[in-house]
Amino acid sequence: MSAAEKLVVRGLHVAVEGQEILRGVDLEIGRGEVHALMGPNGSGKSTLGYAIMGHPSYEVTSGSVELVRADGSRLDILSMEPDERARAGVFLAFQRPMSIPGVRVADFLRHAVTNVRNPGRKEGEELMPMREFRDELKKKMADLSIDPEFARRYVNDGFSGGEMKRAEILQLAMLRPKFAILDETDSGLDADAVRLASESIARIGGHEMGILIITHHEQLLEHNVPLRTHVMLGGRIVESGGPELAAELHKKGYERIRSAYPEAAAAEKAMEDTRTAEPAPA
Amino acid sequence: MTTATAPASAAFDRDALERLISSSALPAWATARRRAAFDAFAKLGLPDRRGENWMRTDLRLFRPKAWGLRTAPAPGDASEGLLAAAIASPGPAADAAGEPIAGPVAEARLGGRFATLDGHVIRDEIDPALERRGVLFGSAERLLAAGAPLEGRWFSVIDSSSDWFAALHGAFHRGSAILYVPPGVRVSEPLSVVAAIGAGGVDTSHVLVVLGDGAEATLLTETSGGGDATHPAGGFHCGGTEIVVGRNAFLRTVNLQNWNTGVWHFARQKAVVHEGGRLQWTLGALGSRLSHVAQDVALVGRHADAQVNGVMFTEGRQQLVYNTLQHHESPACKSDLLYKGAMQDRSRLVWRGMIKVDKAAQKTDGYQRNDNLMLSNEARADSIPGLEIEADDVRCTHGATSGRVDTEQLFYAQARGLSADEAARLVVAGFFQQVFDRITIPPVREALARAIGSRIRRVS
Ligand SMILES: Nc1ncnc2c1ncn2[C@@H]1O[C@H](COP(=O)(O)OP(=O)(O)O)[C@@H](O)[C@H]1O
Ligand SMILES: [Mg+2]
Repeated sequence: MSAAEKLVVRGLHVAVEGQEILRGVDLEIGRGEVHALMGPNGSGKSTLGYAIMGHPSYEVTSGSVELVRADGSRLDILSMEPDERARAGVFLAFQRPMSIPGVRVADFLRHAVTNVRNPGRKEGEELMPMREFRDELKKKMADLSIDPEFARRYVNDGFSGGEMKRAEILQLAMLRPKFAILDETDSGLDADAVRLASESIARIGGHEMGILIITHHEQLLEHNVPLRTHVMLGGRIVESGGPELAAELHKKGYERIRSAYPEAAAAEKAMEDTRTAEPAPA
Repeated sequence: MTTATAPASAAFDRDALERLISSSALPAWATARRRAAFDAFAKLGLPDRRGENWMRTDLRLFRPKAWGLRTAPAPGDASEGLLAAAIASPGPAADAAGEPIAGPVAEARLGGRFATLDGHVIRDEIDPALERRGVLFGSAERLLAAGAPLEGRWFSVIDSSSDWFAALHGAFHRGSAILYVPPGVRVSEPLSVVAAIGAGGVDTSHVLVVLGDGAEATLLTETSGGGDATHPAGGFHCGGTEIVVGRNAFLRTVNLQNWNTGVWHFARQKAVVHEGGRLQWTLGALGSRLSHVAQDVALVGRHADAQVNGVMFTEGRQQLVYNTLQHHESPACKSDLLYKGAMQDRSRLVWRGMIKVDKAAQKTDGYQRNDNLMLSNEARADSIPGLEIEADDVRCTHGATSGRVDTEQLFYAQARGLSADEAARLVVAGFFQQVFDRITIPPVREALARAIGSRIRRVS
């Protein structure tokens, strides 16, 4: 597996509105590998996903994100527009997906699938043939036990938390990226739905996809046993370990981590303080 | 196109009126109405910007003396018309969600086509099968000269003396169209009216629609041509539309203003809906330099129902002004207005809406809403809803929103592989979907969506 294509993050520093959030993140995920990313709220997990995907509010101040192919050639992800990153095979399942009222799931996905499968496509060029697309969408929805009516609804508009997360998994299934970051894809789902999601993700990944699962729980990892579990605190990955680490954090929380890495814990506290600092009353 | 000299045009004066009258086949009663309108016109000046109706309309660069009727049409081909073409060559049969998007088979074909260029009739066709059922459609001059029984309707709905533009239209209308559907006759094929002008051209066409009791019809009217913003000649439209929906009749009509961006557009449009009648009236606007449109609906019989839709897309320095009136004159009527506008560049949209409920109009259900989406920092929209209610048992509400494209939505779409432009187009299309859903003529809906989509540039 060592020759497989990799997503490589090196020394990544990211700031939002001038405030540093990620303070040097290193991470390497090969295709076919599952990694788990855990950490308390506000530690910077979602920021990592946004920065890799290219959200304009997240400014990379130093470091690199690259796709390193088996032959050693490198693709600089950070120099690309978000859509180019998607076309290069990077996918982010949003913690809080955006709704796009008036745009049907099916129409949205037909554009997305067409572009991702023909990365060179220019706007205005043919979309994937309607029938072929519809058949594939129908099948994928059935695999995920999603009501066919879903395709006609407007993207995330009026969706319940669970529906949004299932829609994200549907998009993952349709786009079949090389690397997927799943940001709390289990939140908002009940226990049965998490189990189904866990199975589905394993099936979609099919040992071909590199997956970073951001989660607070273990259930989503049931069918996606992580090769490595990483713990983020104060904008850095402070510890990495095997599946036993996920189990420990899930059961015991982050106290041991905080006391073992006082510098990161202090950074976490500082970030939290700026966030909650209230403007002085006028 | 070569820069052929524009055909001679006269001023809007008494000589021009006399020439128009002598060259026209209209019956004496219609000519008398022209003269009455001219008498009013001769006494009027341009509307005063201090009046509510014209306050937000910038006429400073409008030169009334620069315009007159064209003695011959401009050289060149007139466009087929966006809506007419959409019906004549329908798109795919189902969308990506599997929803059928082509309408009933009848909608794939037009029941009649009427077209003018610079006020001169260039096409005047009706399906003979419709003619046999008593439907009158096409050139107003031809139909009125042949004795169409519309003396009581022609210029009875709109007032030709209210201001300079209305009076000019009443005196100098030309290239006008009529649709008359006898009681009980249901026409499923849409009828098309296209008014085109060349660069610097003038259009003063009038449209009269009369549906007898229990009749049904679909009418598409649209404009095209004229100079663009860079062409000094521009164009001038001064038109009027009158609609009478009989008892329990049903009219669907879409009026698309699709001039090039140098054209001055002034239109007065009014519909009267009788007891149990239904009107689904959509205004679309993509073009013109400046538009001033009055769109009035009068609900004059119990249970009359009007759905009014507006789809506006503006760019450059376009300025569109709409004054709408939903006038409830009878009890238990319903009116529902939804105007949606998206503005690019430095364009501006003004909507001033009024729901007026007479004392007698108890159990009125009135609604008006205007949503605007700004695609640039310099675009501007003004929404001014108003209610004037004299009855006490009514439900009347209004709403207005104005916002910018959400960059989080754009990022989400880009993260799924859509380019920035594609994402913007999709988000804007989504914004219009709610009003498109109300346009029950799928090919028309698709054509409007495409036309708007093609105009959207990167959202700034
Ligand atoms: N768009 C943003 N604007 C302002 N602050 C942000 C933004 N995104 C993240 N942050 C801040 O960055 C820190 C990390 O947030 P986030 O990456 O969402 O953490 P996690 O996903 O681990 O809960 C928090 O202090 C949060 O307030
Ligand atoms: Mg998060």
